[in-house]
Amino acid sequence: MTDWLSRHVPKIVLAPTFVAVLLFVYGFIAWTAWVSLTRSKLMPRYEIDGLIQYERLFASPRWDTALTNLFIFGALFIGISMILGLMLAIFLDQKIRIEGALRTIYLYPMALSMIVTGTAWKWILNPGLGIQAMVQGWGFENFTFDWLINPEMALYAIVMAAVWQASGFVMALFLAGLRSVDGEIIKAAQVDGIPTWRVYTAIIIPSMAPIFLSAFIVLAHLAIKSFDLVIALTGGGPGYATDLPATYMYAMAFSRGDLGQAASSAMIMMLVVFTIVVPYLYSELRAKND
Amino acid sequence: MTDATLTQTGREPRSAGALIGRRLLRWGLYALLCLFALYYLLPLFVMLTTSLKSLEEIRTGSLVALPREVTFDAWGKAWSGACTGIQCEGLRPFFWNSVMMAVPGVLLSTLIGALNGYIFAQWRFRGANLFFAFLLFGCFIPFQVVLLPMARMLGIFGLAGTIPGLIFVHTIYGLGFTTLFFRNYYVTIPHELVRAAKIDGAGFFRIFWSIFLPLSLPIAVVTIIWQFTQIWNDFLFGVSFSSAGSQPITVALNNIVNSTTGVKEYNVDMAAAIIAGLPTLFVYIVAGKYFIRGLTAGSVKG
Repeated sequence: MTDWLSRHVPKIVLAPTFVAVLLFVYGFIAWTAWVSLTRSKLMPRYEIDGLIQYERLFASPRWDTALTNLFIFGALFIGISMILGLMLAIFLDQKIRIEGALRTIYLYPMALSMIVTGTAWKWILNPGLGIQAMVQGWGFENFTFDWLINPEMALYAIVMAAVWQASGFVMALFLAGLRSVDGEIIKAAQVDGIPTWRVYTAIIIPSMAPIFLSAFIVLAHLAIKSFDLVIALTGGGPGYATDLPATYMYAMAFSRGDLGQAASSAMIMMLVVFTIVVPYLYSELRAKND
Repeated sequence: MTDATLTQTGREPRSAGALIGRRLLRWGLYALLCLFALYYLLPLFVMLTTSLKSLEEIRTGSLVALPREVTFDAWGKAWSGACTGIQCEGLRPFFWNSVMMAVPGVLLSTLIGALNGYIFAQWRFRGANLFFAFLLFGCFIPFQVVLLPMARMLGIFGLAGTIPGLIFVHTIYGLGFTTLFFRNYYVTIPHELVRAAKIDGAGFFRIFWSIFLPLSLPIAVVTIIWQFTQIWNDFLFGVSFSSAGSQPITVALNNIVNSTTGVKEYNVDMAAAIIAGLPTLFVYIVAGKYFIRGLTAGSVKG
């Protein structure tokens, strides 16, 4: 008996986590998937009724806006953060004397809650007293910078705040990558008289492909989950102009009392994450086991 | 990574013109880097100066101007008088809610993560890899997909709208990352160590306690910082699963900023935002190295 016990201790210790993951991750996903196939409104119902919720979802203009916004926001947020992060990393890699201090400054927004970031940017961007008023006060009276209240531009205000928050982190990732490139190869290239920019574009950056992938995955993941920032900055408004799937789902679940819509929109979010993350995780884990 | 044109020591510069050009480039580089530093610092600067101004000065002055008269009234109000809806007790009660939620949440998820990581790294069994993959995938799910059933379950167990409920949720969904951190750290400890300890008659817990735990300080710091930042900054779980009395600080901050009653007090909003951000900012400043290590470990998986 004690022998059996001592042989199985690891499994017994791991069991609670196993049960928790099975229940609270996979069981709950299954529950949400099930409810997304029913006509649940305020209370969940369990009679399966086909894809009616998904049909409603894709017929809804609000969801259409939310999904389009996600792709625009995601592309801009990921693109700009990557370019800015890479640029800052390369600049910082030139034997800069105050590198430590600059790194600390570039990265601190990542420690803040998105709600704090949203609150700060909401104040800075508010047309009445923020940047617009400031520049007008300098004498440029026709200057307008009303992204926050302009339905056409509000999404870009969110991109701006999100880039501010995450680009320093991308910089840190790339800087670590730059430092891990084999110094001998670079020295050899320099001895051959190859100019610095060519060393970067032809040798260093191509060898950092895995880091580009990591950065992309993390940023994509942040974009899909973006909820706090939108709530704090625009609340999804003006109108539904800055709705994202995450805010749509929340509105359906907690203020509209439409569980079927909440569940089906959550499943679509899950699907988007799935298509991005699963190939990545698969390749990572396989590379490890080889 | 060395910049050939800027730091060559072996050769003489080709001409005085090239030397000046290089020096100009160098100055340009520093100027650009400092400009970006300003961009990242500007919001913090504006928050701080706004929080120290009176409302009158905010209305008449410029966004980036220093306060003519420094006043801490807004800070006092943000801490103990601002309205988060119908009650006007400031952030103070919610700050303590967040502390009472974060401390047990961080400790529980870190401790369980350490044990799990120890098993995955050193006590392989059949199916362990598969389970680890499933656990890892759990880190990536958008939490919206578990929001509805979790709300119902917390309701059934009487945990809805309570701090223990939030502790539970944060512990469960933190386990993926904490396990990953410890597993990746313990994997570097040679298996021979465990084998030798077993031959000497040490058991599962004894080996963990006297060999692995004493080696764990660096990864424990990384994990604790990661979890603390995650839980303190969380908004989605906080807003979904709390009630008026148990809201974490992020939810209270959002309520203060978006409460529509009365005059908009920007200085109070900014002071409240800084208060809500201070604990994680403090952690970042005193333990930045570990913070960055957690971030990069969390993103470079496997």
